[in-house]
Amino acid sequence: MAIKVFLLLLFLSCSHSVFSIYQDQVGLMDWHQQYIGKVKHAVFHTQKAGRKRVVVSTEENVIASLDLRSGKIFWRHVLGADDAVDEIDIALGKYVITLSSEGSILRAWNLPDGQMVWETFLSGSSPSKSILFVPANLRGDKDNPILVYGNGCLHAVSSIDGEVVWNKELTVEGIDVQELIHPLGSDVIYAVGFGGLYQFDSCQLNAKNGELLRHEKAEFPGGFSGEISSVSSDTFVASDAAHSILVLISVRDGAINFQQTYISDLVQDFSGTAVLLPSKLTGIFSIKIDGFVVFVKVIDEGKLELVDKIDHGAAVSDALPISEGQQAFALIQHEGNKIQLTVKTGHDWDDDLVKEGIKMDCERGLVHKVFINNYIRRDMSHGFRALIVMEDHSLLLVQQGEIVWSREDGLASIIDVTTSELPVEKHGVSVAKVEQNLFEWLKGHVLKIKGTLMLASPDEVAEIQRIRLKSSEKSKMTRDHNGFRKLLIVLTRAGKLFALHTGDGRVVWSLLLNPLRESEECSSPIGLKIYQWQVPHHHAMDENPSVLVVGRCAHGLDAPGVLSVVDAYTGKEINSLGAVHSIVEVIPLPFTDSTEQRLHLLIDANQRAHLFPKTHEAISIIQREFANIYWYSVEADNGIIRGHVLKDNCILEVSDEYCFNTRDLWSIVFPSESEKIIATVTRKSNEAVHTQAKVMAEQDVMYKYVSKNLLFVANVLPKGIGKIGSVTPEESWLVVYLIDTVTGRILHRMTHHGSQGPVHAVLSENWVVYHYFNLKAHRYEMSVIEIYDQSRADNKDIWKLVLGKHNLTSPISSYSRPEVITKTQSYFFTHTVKTIAVTSTAKGITSKQLLIGTIGDQVLALDKRFLDPRRTVNPSQVEKEEGIIPLTDSLPIMPQSYVTHILKVEGLRGIVTVPAKLESTALVFTYGVDLFFTRIAPSRTYDSLTEDFSYALLLITIVALLAAIFVTWVWSERKELQEKWR
Amino acid sequence: MEKGKGIGRRWAVDFTDNSNAPSSRDVPDPLGFSRASLDQDDSTLSRQKKDAEANWKAQKAWEVAQAPFKNLLMMGFMMWMAGSTVHLFSIGITFSALLQPISALQGVGKVFDPYKDSKVDLLAPKLLFIALNLGGLALGVWKLNTLGLLPTHASDWVSSLPPAQEVEYSGGGMPLY
Repeated sequence: MAIKVFLLLLFLSCSHSVFSIYQDQVGLMDWHQQYIGKVKHAVFHTQKAGRKRVVVSTEENVIASLDLRSGKIFWRHVLGADDAVDEIDIALGKYVITLSSEGSILRAWNLPDGQMVWETFLSGSSPSKSILFVPANLRGDKDNPILVYGNGCLHAVSSIDGEVVWNKELTVEGIDVQELIHPLGSDVIYAVGFGGLYQFDSCQLNAKNGELLRHEKAEFPGGFSGEISSVSSDTFVASDAAHSILVLISVRDGAINFQQTYISDLVQDFSGTAVLLPSKLTGIFSIKIDGFVVFVKVIDEGKLELVDKIDHGAAVSDALPISEGQQAFALIQHEGNKIQLTVKTGHDWDDDLVKEGIKMDCERGLVHKVFINNYIRRDMSHGFRALIVMEDHSLLLVQQGEIVWSREDGLASIIDVTTSELPVEKHGVSVAKVEQNLFEWLKGHVLKIKGTLMLASPDEVAEIQRIRLKSSEKSKMTRDHNGFRKLLIVLTRAGKLFALHTGDGRVVWSLLLNPLRESEECSSPIGLKIYQWQVPHHHAMDENPSVLVVGRCAHGLDAPGVLSVVDAYTGKEINSLGAVHSIVEVIPLPFTDSTEQRLHLLIDANQRAHLFPKTHEAISIIQREFANIYWYSVEADNGIIRGHVLKDNCILEVSDEYCFNTRDLWSIVFPSESEKIIATVTRKSNEAVHTQAKVMAEQDVMYKYVSKNLLFVANVLPKGIGKIGSVTPEESWLVVYLIDTVTGRILHRMTHHGSQGPVHAVLSENWVVYHYFNLKAHRYEMSVIEIYDQSRADNKDIWKLVLGKHNLTSPISSYSRPEVITKTQSYFFTHTVKTIAVTSTAKGITSKQLLIGTIGDQVLALDKRFLDPRRTVNPSQVEKEEGIIPLTDSLPIMPQSYVTHILKVEGLRGIVTVPAKLESTALVFTYGVDLFFTRIAPSRTYDSLTEDFSYALLLITIVALLAAIFVTWVWSERKELQEKWR
Repeated sequence: MEKGKGIGRRWAVDFTDNSNAPSSRDVPDPLGFSRASLDQDDSTLSRQKKDAEANWKAQKAWEVAQAPFKNLLMMGFMMWMAGSTVHLFSIGITFSALLQPISALQGVGKVFDPYKDSKVDLLAPKLLFIALNLGGLALGVWKLNTLGLLPTHASDWVSSLPPAQEVEYSGGGMPLY
């Protein structure tokens, strides 16, 4: 049969396949983008001779050195997820010092190349604020130790080799240090902080050995809020517990003086609370009062004076010493679509060193942070450049009223990804364009032929490579025949949507979603998911697809939800619903209305289901399918899985016909003392499955149990939830379940003794593959479960099948309780896994590959054939022919099968596969701090010619053959004629 | 002539009359001419000739009818050589083994046309020819089957059946964070 021949050929073609690419194919269909995330701290370093750089640390735990001229990354390190950077600084002019993991790890990195010089672990007793104090080393010859306060302990660490010179436990003294002051050249270190709610403490320590010289305490009856800001080396400002009084604390000659000032005295019509902003300006501090930022100057004798009052949304930089005794700081305010950068000196508020207006894209939102740096102009005056962090986490460098460069670092924190098709190509291309294209095309192909015939010079080879990489074909803004060009729509943690082109990874549009911005109703909004909202097929020419963004106003499941519908072509918000009911779960239903909008059920915290879109048509559709819609909830904390069904309309104060009550149908309660849910996986709802039958060797058939309502659950012993190795093999096990989510029936249950999580799993078609740790073998393991429908197995009468008299394609119900059998097998696997995905193709014919995100931040493609429970040690000839690989104890890792080849996707978090129109090919998008996109063909591109196929050569061959035929025909005619005359 | 053409032939003279039968017209034979004796004389001579020819034709027809047998043997040998895995060679041989008998069967009449004779009974050779070719065809089909290219198993009919639709739909999972 044709299909058999096809499959056999397919198998033959892929049996020896290696999925690697050649060196010159890098960048042809893949792209890689490096990001750093939202900048937390920045330290400028302007080496006199070398390149100008800035060292930043970010919320993605990245330390990076950026080029100040272009914003490119010189070097970058991504620290672990639980190793957040607290502080960074530069010591000795050549080391970048980072304090991370809540003040317990201090590292020094070489500034030019980013190599780690030393690392010191600092231990302490109790968690506290972490402070890094690197003494300003102007002379550079003396080794002033770095002062680190973390976990309640003050350490002095040598900046040369990271050795701890001395340490002093300060929690014993009952002080929670807030500020460290070490005046230059002084032998005394001052540490100030609070001891309890009412007490202010000041300590003096010997800088040589950490000996406590003096310890003063003073009580303030109003209590402290815990915020403190230093105004000068001996003056501090704190606010009281009620946030209504400012307390000026001066520590002079061992005496602590408090001076109170009511904020209402300073600021007219003050009400509510004031928040002291951490800033390091001399003589000036700032407080945030509902919607405003107020600058207050400390004049002599503890008097406070209001200097300025500006709108909220302004950002202030730290002070920058520009010359002897002079400090400057930057202030950024918003004015419509412009931002106003003002650089002021510390001593005179009205003196503006720089005042620049910069045009700013409104999609970047508010300014969140600003860091300034100065340089000496040719005329010896001071110039300033400002590094600005925006609300969308982008990073910009502003100099002389212009944006020098910008980085879209919001893309380092992608939450969710979906895809959208590009517009259909509209006809009507100008002749000139075609002619030019034709010429280019010909030129390109002539070069290509030269390349194939090895006639090209090195320059031409480079040109060929350039043409291949810069092909305008792949970055066009229209749909292509193979479906390679698409839009990747990503939602970032900043609440911004980006549309990336799959051809070259450029940002097509971006939108800062207003509902996901901080507002009065929404205190700390977060984006949750994106769904495909409308995918037009019938009117693809004149209707745009759109996506649905679901968010939540605050952390916590009962916070009100936020919905927004965005046009995928233009990036304009079509519709948004703010602060609706809470959203715990979103269920995209398999129904669309007449405008091809997909129906969604939003489940709130009270287990009510809300229909969206709220139209009458949607109601009528759902009423038709009412009895067949189920939903389930997984309560991981309680160890319960519940199944629910829609019941009737809600009874609320305001009648709402789009709201439905639900009723519990079934529940699976796991014993809480022996099992805890750690992972659940379902099938992707849009996965295409080609066939329900699996043909085995000897023409046997097994029917796959292909159900969309299959749930894989992995449970471990509650003890074993910690890190690997925290329990012994005897007291740890892993239990896996396959559950039908309509009826709550457990289809399969299996226990792995002596195994532990974390479990990473993927469910596709009728199989699930999961990864866990085997404590007995001290290795990671991967297991596969395949599930087959036994009740269909007796469909073996050929004549019935030939005549179509079978019920294999009639709709089935989960309530028919089909008998199932499972086949399982386990293998050792070398890598630690971060995430697992599986390739998906348009029709589901192509064989599948597992995409494994490894701990090394790479993506490994592993053929599903290696995870086939029918593998045996000695497969028979027929089984071999079928493609069954002899069983080995561990899964092979071929270096060529890394999808990411030499690249790393730092901080890898997710892998998304999207089918292309071409059946053989799947698009793979990997995201983390970096982004990586490529397309892979698990069984090779059997349905298209390769990229480097020379059409021109083919054309020339055909023309040459035709010419040869014509010439020989003429010859033979002539010869025949001569024969006849003879 | 111009006119006559339109009207048709008015008369015609037939100069030859070589019919054996007595003249169809009412003209009697010339005196002394006995048509029968001439006939007799001629027939004794030609009967021998014709018998020989018929024999020869029958012999040839049998030869032709048996020809596919050799073919069959050769085909069998080739098939044995080709093995039972699907590749270009075995597919080519199998298809030629299938096509050859079919084309031969289509041209059964033509093959035996030269040996058509009222005296020769061609039915038996024809039947043999057809039988042998059918044998060849069967061999080809058998080969096709050994290659696994015949849809004789249930698997051949269900391998492209799409999965059955499900009546119920269920969604949900862990709460979104």
